[in-house]
Amino acid sequence: MSGVRTAWPNLLDRDWLLTDSPGSRSQALWGQRYRLWRDFSANRLAMAGLIIVLALVAMAIAAPLLATHNPAQQELTNRLATPSAAHWLGTDELGRDVYSRLLFGARVTLGMVLAVVALVAPFGLAIGCIAGYYGGLVDKILMRTTDVVLAFPRLILALAFVAAIKPGITSGIIAIAITTWPPYARLARAETLTIRNTDYIAAVRLTGASSARIVLRHITPLCLGSLIVRVTLDMSSIILFAASLGFLGLGAQPPSPEWGTMIATARRFFLEQWWVPLMPGLAIFVASLAFNLLGDGLRDVLDPKQR
Amino acid sequence: MISVQDLVVRFGPVEAVRGVTFAVGEGQSFGIVGESGSGKSTVLRALAGLNDDWSGRMTIGGVALGPKRGRAFFRRVQMVFQDPYGSLHPRQTIDRALSEPLIVHGIGDADRRIRQALAEVALPSSVRFRFPHQLSGGQRQRVAIARALMCEPEVLLLDEPTSALDVSVQAEVLNLLADLQDRRKLTYVMVSHNLAVIAHLCPQLGVMQGGEMVEMLSASDLRAGRVSHPHTADLRRLSTELEEA
Amino acid sequence: MKVEIDNLTISFPSPQGMRAAVRGVSLTLGAEKLGIVGESGSGKSLTARALLRLLPGSAVVRADKLNFDGIDILKASERDMRAIRGRRAGLILQDPKYALNPIMTAGAQIAEAWQNQRKASRKEAMQAAIDLLAQVQIRDPKRVAESYPHELSGGMGQRVMIAMMLAPDPELLIADEPTSALDASVQAEILRLMEDLVSRRGMGLMLISHDLPLVSHFCDRVVVMYAGQVMEELQAGELVRAKHPYTRGLLECLPSLSHPQTRLPVMSRDPAWLA
Repeated sequence: MSGVRTAWPNLLDRDWLLTDSPGSRSQALWGQRYRLWRDFSANRLAMAGLIIVLALVAMAIAAPLLATHNPAQQELTNRLATPSAAHWLGTDELGRDVYSRLLFGARVTLGMVLAVVALVAPFGLAIGCIAGYYGGLVDKILMRTTDVVLAFPRLILALAFVAAIKPGITSGIIAIAITTWPPYARLARAETLTIRNTDYIAAVRLTGASSARIVLRHITPLCLGSLIVRVTLDMSSIILFAASLGFLGLGAQPPSPEWGTMIATARRFFLEQWWVPLMPGLAIFVASLAFNLLGDGLRDVLDPKQR
Repeated sequence: MISVQDLVVRFGPVEAVRGVTFAVGEGQSFGIVGESGSGKSTVLRALAGLNDDWSGRMTIGGVALGPKRGRAFFRRVQMVFQDPYGSLHPRQTIDRALSEPLIVHGIGDADRRIRQALAEVALPSSVRFRFPHQLSGGQRQRVAIARALMCEPEVLLLDEPTSALDVSVQAEVLNLLADLQDRRKLTYVMVSHNLAVIAHLCPQLGVMQGGEMVEMLSASDLRAGRVSHPHTADLRRLSTELEEA
Repeated sequence: MKVEIDNLTISFPSPQGMRAAVRGVSLTLGAEKLGIVGESGSGKSLTARALLRLLPGSAVVRADKLNFDGIDILKASERDMRAIRGRRAGLILQDPKYALNPIMTAGAQIAEAWQNQRKASRKEAMQAAIDLLAQVQIRDPKRVAESYPHELSGGMGQRVMIAMMLAPDPELLIADEPTSALDASVQAEILRLMEDLVSRRGMGLMLISHDLPLVSHFCDRVVVMYAGQVMEELQAGELVRAKHPYTRGLLECLPSLSHPQTRLPVMSRDPAWLA
């Protein structure tokens, strides 16, 4: 298609973006994106969530630059210090700088969350859409498997899995992923069931498109909206789940500075040196809240019924 | 062009269509009238390959149809649905809806074809990148017709194509369908509950009741009142009663 | 009972400011059958809903007069409105499938509507419900009273709906496309039934529809609306003498069994109609 790529220079031109009759596919696409962004940015809480999430990610990436100390460096003479100019958030039971450990911990914790999401969302979506679209025996097999996983208590299943392999971040991620996908599959299946009998899917079938194409290109995009929302709302529970694995000593292993593990090891000092477990606790709280706000805002923008 | 013999369609234990037989010549229009639940739409969906559980014999252009249709079938046969609000994907632009058949069949030159298709159904090119919810009912039905014509089919199956539209828009769409048939020598099978609409477009029609085709007659016989089955007479009376008011 | 609407305007907020969906509509209705006809977006349903104050919260309603039997709808309290809605004025919607409660039997729903303003036992209410079902010409009212909505056909469901609306003995019945989801044969029966009940009980009927020939067949007067304005008001028998080009267009663009045309005339809309 000719003349399509000339669209780039106009991205800052509002009239070009908001025109009623775009001249090219890319102009239409950018206009659509701009409208989504305009709706989203009008929601202050959601914007706050987005900014916090971006800030957290930026801090995790820039941890070596922002950290004041080596997160693993012990200073046993200065254990459990209160926040001061030298140690902004104090030190832990081995005299390590809590602020630096939180920064590096963000890499581990946020990394685990993103890895879990990257594994779970596509997998759950695929299982749900396939089960919903094909129905019959395929549906029965996939959904009963989902039920079996869902019937296990999450933490026990994850514990059993981690215990069977070597405790660590990778097995932690896999364990969380294994116990998190079923709700996504159910969600995607429920959406697919209502979508697959619509006339617009019948119309796509009449083009002669293969089942794979129908599921992938026409059904999945419609399930995606509610899935994204569900994912961001789940982010916080994944952080907390990773923390509880860390807390039980089965996720990230010390001295790796994971937020949950930090609380776990500091819990002994909860009464006298309360600031030591409080700092990672606050970090988890802020991250969870930010993801929740972001999810709420995304739902408002992506739900076509609201527009 | 189309022949249907002893078509039986089942929904589980229920026979929704019980032994329907009709034939349509090339470039002709055949109408099926009936009330809701008469099985008229089911016949159409079975022809289109949207319903697998049927028995009997159906051929299109001399080729016998099986339960599963190949890609070649969908190049020859297309369908327009009743509800233009439901037959377009809510998250896809008109451009995308019209490119889909081209991509599936590997037909190139999408830009020109889409522009031509919009022009053919008398839609302004400004609707191309809009979403279905930004169009009126009549515009959407034009898009649905344009989409059905993208791969230049020979047969168009029309399932109540105007019953969700306002009467003034219905007239425009019926005129459009007539023009397209002239221009492209299309073969139509149209289903409707509205006797006058069917008689307007289809010189031959069948009346369905309870899954059976109780009478086949020509539109001129219908207009003149030369009907033999009481159900046809009932439908005709209901339709003319209001006209004469 | 008298309904008086004078210069009614209903607007909704849009990104381009307030957009009027109904503009300066005036009409009156006594104990008679009034049809309001128009295409989608003509504002016919909004007009009727404004009378019961059933518009979405964002709607801004202005009128020189909007009265139901002397009660000013614009100023009436929510309590006064409740006394009108469902008691003095009933509303019948297009699809009984959505208007009936799916987990209550038809009889129980009618009995509830009947009991709403009377002190009566459940047994009496149930008996009244069965009587009402018999009045809407249901052959086996006992069986229908015990059925759930999904067990009823479209026509039967609409009869139940009408029985329910008749239960409190209203003075006005507003029917918004009451038959467009029904087959032609059932449609005629339901309309005949409504016509009969309305004239026998001396009620007012406001029949809203897109189907001009149908409405003029069953109503005394017809108001034709387009784009939020009244184009023309006609006595039902005078349909053939309709003057307004919009009304004429609506009639002419219908395919007809008795007068075949090779090509249907297409309506050209004149902006001057909306002066």
